[in-house]
Amino acid sequence: MLSTAKREEMLRMMIKLRAFEEKLEELYQKRAMYGSTHSYRGQEAVAVGVCSALEPRDLVASYHRGTGHLIAKGADLYRLMCECMGRLEGYSKGRGGKMHMGDMSFGFLGNTGTVGATVPIATGAALAAQLRGSKEVVVSFLGDGAMNQGVVHEAMNFAGIWKLPVIYVCENNLYAMTVSVEKSIAIKHVAERAKGYGFEGKVIDGNDVELVYAETLEAAEKGRAGGGATFLECLTYRWDGHFGGDPGTGYRRKEEIEEWKRRCPIKRLKEKLIAEKNLGAGEFDMMSAAVYSELDEVTKRALASPMPAREFDLDSIYARSEVGHG
Amino acid sequence: MAKAEKLQVQGEMKEMRLQEALREALRYEMARDKRVFVFGEDVALFGGAYGVTRGLLQEFGDSRVRDTPISEAGMVGLAVGAAINGMRPVVEIQFCDLLPLCMDQLVTHAARYHYMTGGRISVPIVIRNKFGTRPGGGPSHSSCNHGAFVHFPGLKIIIPTTPADGKGLLLSAIRDPNPVLCFESHHLYGVKGPVPEGDYTVPIGVAAVRREGKDLTIVTCGGMILKADEAAVELKSKGIDVEIVDLRSLAPLDKETILKSVAKTKRAMVVDEGPMVGGVTSEIAAVIQENLFSDLKGPVVRVGAQHIPPPHSPPLVEAMIPDVDRIVRAALRLVEGKKPS
Ligand SMILES: Cc1ncc(C[n+]2csc(CCOP(=O)(O)OP(=O)(O)O)c2C)c(N)n1
Ligand SMILES: [Mg+2]
Repeated sequence: MLSTAKREEMLRMMIKLRAFEEKLEELYQKRAMYGSTHSYRGQEAVAVGVCSALEPRDLVASYHRGTGHLIAKGADLYRLMCECMGRLEGYSKGRGGKMHMGDMSFGFLGNTGTVGATVPIATGAALAAQLRGSKEVVVSFLGDGAMNQGVVHEAMNFAGIWKLPVIYVCENNLYAMTVSVEKSIAIKHVAERAKGYGFEGKVIDGNDVELVYAETLEAAEKGRAGGGATFLECLTYRWDGHFGGDPGTGYRRKEEIEEWKRRCPIKRLKEKLIAEKNLGAGEFDMMSAAVYSELDEVTKRALASPMPAREFDLDSIYARSEVGHG
Repeated sequence: MAKAEKLQVQGEMKEMRLQEALREALRYEMARDKRVFVFGEDVALFGGAYGVTRGLLQEFGDSRVRDTPISEAGMVGLAVGAAINGMRPVVEIQFCDLLPLCMDQLVTHAARYHYMTGGRISVPIVIRNKFGTRPGGGPSHSSCNHGAFVHFPGLKIIIPTTPADGKGLLLSAIRDPNPVLCFESHHLYGVKGPVPEGDYTVPIGVAAVRREGKDLTIVTCGGMILKADEAAVELKSKGIDVEIVDLRSLAPLDKETILKSVAKTKRAMVVDEGPMVGGVTSEIAAVIQENLFSDLKGPVVRVGAQHIPPPHSPPLVEAMIPDVDRIVRAALRLVEGKKPS
């Protein structure tokens, strides 16, 4: 059983992820951030459960809905916020936006707007970990939609034949944009595919942060011990539309959305801690207020930070020396 | 847009956006030819990420209008097979940054089938996709890689600018026995214009003179037509008379229209939203100088995107892609006989 302190930490982290999306939505409305939002609200337990179970040296790769993974893995809120706003002090200096980042200092291999593209990259990082004997484990976050990209299939086969220390965390939120999983995958659970690659696949409740934590820990230990890959299909739901401006209702029933909101991962852990008398309602409110005010402060600073100059920098295309790892 | 090009049609016209004109072509041809069917991500229930296929599901049913998994390479490959076996598939790829995922099927198979089978098999497919660089899109969502495809023999490439051309070119593309890539500009989807009703086609491989002038020819395509046109207005006020050639097709390339215009104005500029290195501007500049070198009053000037990935932040995007000011300044230097900066 997890300690109360650890669970409170996970609760606070989930609130942080949610607050970030809410702030981003506000900024999107005001046109202070560029590109679309891809709200992670509703899925917080996956990123937080997974990243809380990892060691600092472990690595994660993410995708377009990546803000949650970034924050849970340890991204600095200010630099992340700056990137969303296209500011110079953002992780990618405003070049990438929130869909295109990478920083090995906190074990973030990268995310991208091309669905599925980071799955082979994560798998390659796991190959490096195996070759270097570093005992690092790599988590490859991917959406259900990514399961139908060719490179994802190729990567998972590699993980199977070479027994790579990678955990595929598939966040099955039942939709890829407006297309339902039912329409795009002919089997009930994508986790079944893992068998075809020669490693274990499990279907788990992705809104139960403690369960996600426990399953990740087990998969990580297995990977570290040379036992190869694991596939975790985390059943979850995105509360909001796919992108900023999409109400998310044209292709999903209102009742379905409401039902999933009742399974809110934050509410769930909060109520459990309160029932156990490990947390007071007042304490929760204070925790929440502190997170929201931290974000307000971060946003204010980001808004006051400089934009990049109106210049193109051809020197920034090639690296002059090896950077990133180490 | 300038008035120079008059639509060569009799009969009814309807005012609509490019987006709707493309839909008109799909509807028209689906009704006429039962072999035509449409598939892609979010094209059925949602009507496409940019609304081009809206209503087609309701009108033609879910057998001919299909949502697909996120499987671009497979989609193009399946289209090739379906085309070979008697259908006329129209595939939507959400944006051109995803075309690299389909490269093998597209350039090694679709484009080469007819040649490599000794002319026994043709591949009548249309691949529609959006292109255009803008803030917020970033390195995976706002490329202009249209120029890269010119490299591959066997593909036809169209870039409609006006709504009328949207309908006319797409209709020609669906009827064409070859693979056609249709690049639809993010900047032009919402622009309105008159569109002829009924069976209206625009031939692939024929450029359009959008504005007539005598001092300088600007050859361009896609969303840059808007900036070229604005620049032409500004240059006019400075006494420079610009002719604009809208390529409409990159392959086959209408060399005749380009060369005829430049032979008249004796000065040429190529403007493109894609990178200048190994792109549309370099190809056209080469064609012009190979044919008209001794007639030219100055070098062929290129105004294109810098050779960097499309960035996210607005000032970086502004620095990357051509704007009216860059076009105007380049034109002035050319006319004044100065070296391009
Ligand atoms: C290769 C590719 N195809 C299409 C798109 C457009 N697109 C962006 S997100 C998305 C849906 C992704 O669904 P999923 O993987 O389930 O992740 P979710 O958005 O549900 O988190 C699509 C089709 C893309 N970005 N990349
Ligand atoms: Mg999904």
